[in-house]
Amino acid sequence: MHQLMFWEAIRRAHDEEMDNDPMVICMGEDIGVVGGTYKATQGLYDKYGPERVMDTPISENGYTGLAIGASFIGVRPIVEIMSVNFAWLAMDQIFNTAAKVRYMSGGQLEAPVVIRSPGGTAHQLGAQHSARMEKVFMGIAGLRVVTPSNPKQAYGLLKSAVRCNDPVFINEHELMYNMKGDVPDDEYFHPLEGLEVARRGKDISLFAYNISVHWCLQAAEILASQYQIDAEVIDLYTLSPLDRKGIVKSVSKTHRAVIVEEAEPTVGVGAEIMAIINEECFYELDAAPARVSAANVPIPYNHRLEKEAIPDVEDVIKTVLATLGR
Amino acid sequence: MSNLKNTQLSLESKKRLLKEMLFGRRFEERCYEAYVERKIGGFLHLYSGEEACAYGILDAARPGNDYVITSYRDHIHAIKSGTDPKRLMAELYGKVTGCCKGLGGSMHIFDVDKHFMGGYALVGGPFPLAAGIAKGIQMKKGEQICICFLGDAANNQGTFHESLNMAKLWNLPVLYVCENNLYGIGTRIDRSTAVVDQYKRVSGYNIPSRQVDGQDIEKVYAAAVEAIDYVRSGNGPYFLELMTYRYRGHSMSDSNAYRSKSEERIWGKRDPIITLRDRLIEAGEFSQEEYQTMDAEILDEIESEVIKFAEESPEPPKEMLAKYVLAENDPYVTGGRR
Ligand SMILES: Cc1ncc(C[n+]2csc(CCOP(=O)(O)OP(=O)(O)O)c2C)c(N)n1
Ligand SMILES: [Mg+2]
Repeated sequence: MHQLMFWEAIRRAHDEEMDNDPMVICMGEDIGVVGGTYKATQGLYDKYGPERVMDTPISENGYTGLAIGASFIGVRPIVEIMSVNFAWLAMDQIFNTAAKVRYMSGGQLEAPVVIRSPGGTAHQLGAQHSARMEKVFMGIAGLRVVTPSNPKQAYGLLKSAVRCNDPVFINEHELMYNMKGDVPDDEYFHPLEGLEVARRGKDISLFAYNISVHWCLQAAEILASQYQIDAEVIDLYTLSPLDRKGIVKSVSKTHRAVIVEEAEPTVGVGAEIMAIINEECFYELDAAPARVSAANVPIPYNHRLEKEAIPDVEDVIKTVLATLGR
Repeated sequence: MSNLKNTQLSLESKKRLLKEMLFGRRFEERCYEAYVERKIGGFLHLYSGEEACAYGILDAARPGNDYVITSYRDHIHAIKSGTDPKRLMAELYGKVTGCCKGLGGSMHIFDVDKHFMGGYALVGGPFPLAAGIAKGIQMKKGEQICICFLGDAANNQGTFHESLNMAKLWNLPVLYVCENNLYGIGTRIDRSTAVVDQYKRVSGYNIPSRQVDGQDIEKVYAAAVEAIDYVRSGNGPYFLELMTYRYRGHSMSDSNAYRSKSEERIWGKRDPIITLRDRLIEAGEFSQEEYQTMDAEILDEIESEVIKFAEESPEPPKEMLAKYVLAENDPYVTGGRR
């Protein structure tokens, strides 16, 4: 085991996969000579050259479409879209082509393309740079959506995504690239489906993904030490397809659920988990499930209003206490 | 054909523009400091080095009346359109007295009273918006035109081609101004763009276009007078490419390591402010002392008025978080009844 930063873990996965298979390429804005906005492809341009590490024009729908087309006949592209806010521009090709081509060709064609992009709110980046888009991607049939919460997942999920024959969207977070964590020294492929129990507990299940896993882990420590509440934290590193069985298993044990998401509540991860709980294990519940979500607004620039709009550890604790009637 | 217009700047205008450009430079450099002091947050893209573009073009237009739209590098276009620098700085400080009440920030400056239609963070987004504003002008039979400023790298978005086609097809009164500073973040233009002369990319749409030295405000102004006259006379869109250079990194989070020192030195010698100043001094119309006095006055104004206003203004109240999401009291929400 070695400690790696998030970006180093992603870089290592790129490097190993490019080394393993000459058809693996990566592309994106400023990923080559500059090495990527978050350094996720640093050094790869020098190692693999401009044909395989492509600095693209600012043409998101164009180069994503190009990657998808290349994937039709055996290329394995990893596309970096600098921010999910720009991924909206590539939505046509992701949604209308990558996600549907296997189906509409009756299984003849597939688009084994990986699209990585950071989302989330960072600090005061304003309304057009603070989108949290995971809920949009997870609503698309035909697309796999994963979202790592730590460097090990970031490494292993990218490795598996490159080898998987489906299109995979990897939702990263702008604030997490310098986060450190253990990554196995040996090659490691993380499953693209399932969930992880990030902390075992018996009193309440906290469902989280990506950055909210960390809020929940912090909240769980405080809940344990100050309130003697033993919270279970579930890391939903796969947002599509969601692990229904895993969700039911945890709720059947704790009988209470809070879903914590950085995005607005409407048509979101929380809404979906609640629906699953409702459909699968309603009678296991001792309290109504609750969600902790962002305010349903575009993100403001002012730092105080921004903080107000986004949930934090305190909001998680309050909601847990309310759910437990405390 | 349109009437011929005077494309020369008067002596008075040159002196005024020198002062305006210097103000723009000092404003941006003060933003740099305020960012380092963490008074300004988020992404901050400065315009230093490119002043002759916005000031030269808009001086030939009717600022405050003609519509202007641009990207995230938007402070100076707003100021030249008539935005009060105090309200602009307050916006950058996230204060409620800011032109967008602290909700927008540096990349999203709007001053609709002055027909400054915004700064947008998505590269290429303003191209079709500008064409749309021009469509509105056309429908209202207005005298105005719409002026859209965007970077060189933005021209690789599909919206560039789509907008040029529609603007020509429908004869829309829009002037596209490409501020070609040779880079899109860290990628040099020849590494992202097959045809580096941007004005040539427009010819396929039968839109007149020209490439101009964007460091010489007299040349920018002369080209702008002709271009604006063409558009205002109902001839349809026009495209100007201004060759320029940004002195700072792409944004405050950019190391700027991808540009060679020699390249920076060459462009540093072509400073639009110094060029105009020295020309005036050489012609015996201005002195180094006058320049220094001008500079001192500007610095003082920025400190004692602009920064002071921003510092002393209050933050927006918490209730504002959800205030501008949807229209308030729109009667049609209830079927047209009050
Ligand atoms: C759709 C979209 N893609 C990518 C970005 C990230 N980005 C911001 S500015 C920029 C470079 C733009 O360069 P250019 O158009 O030349 O303008 P300049 O910054 O040089 O003035 C990029 C890639 C973005 N903001 N929007
Ligand atoms: Mg540029």
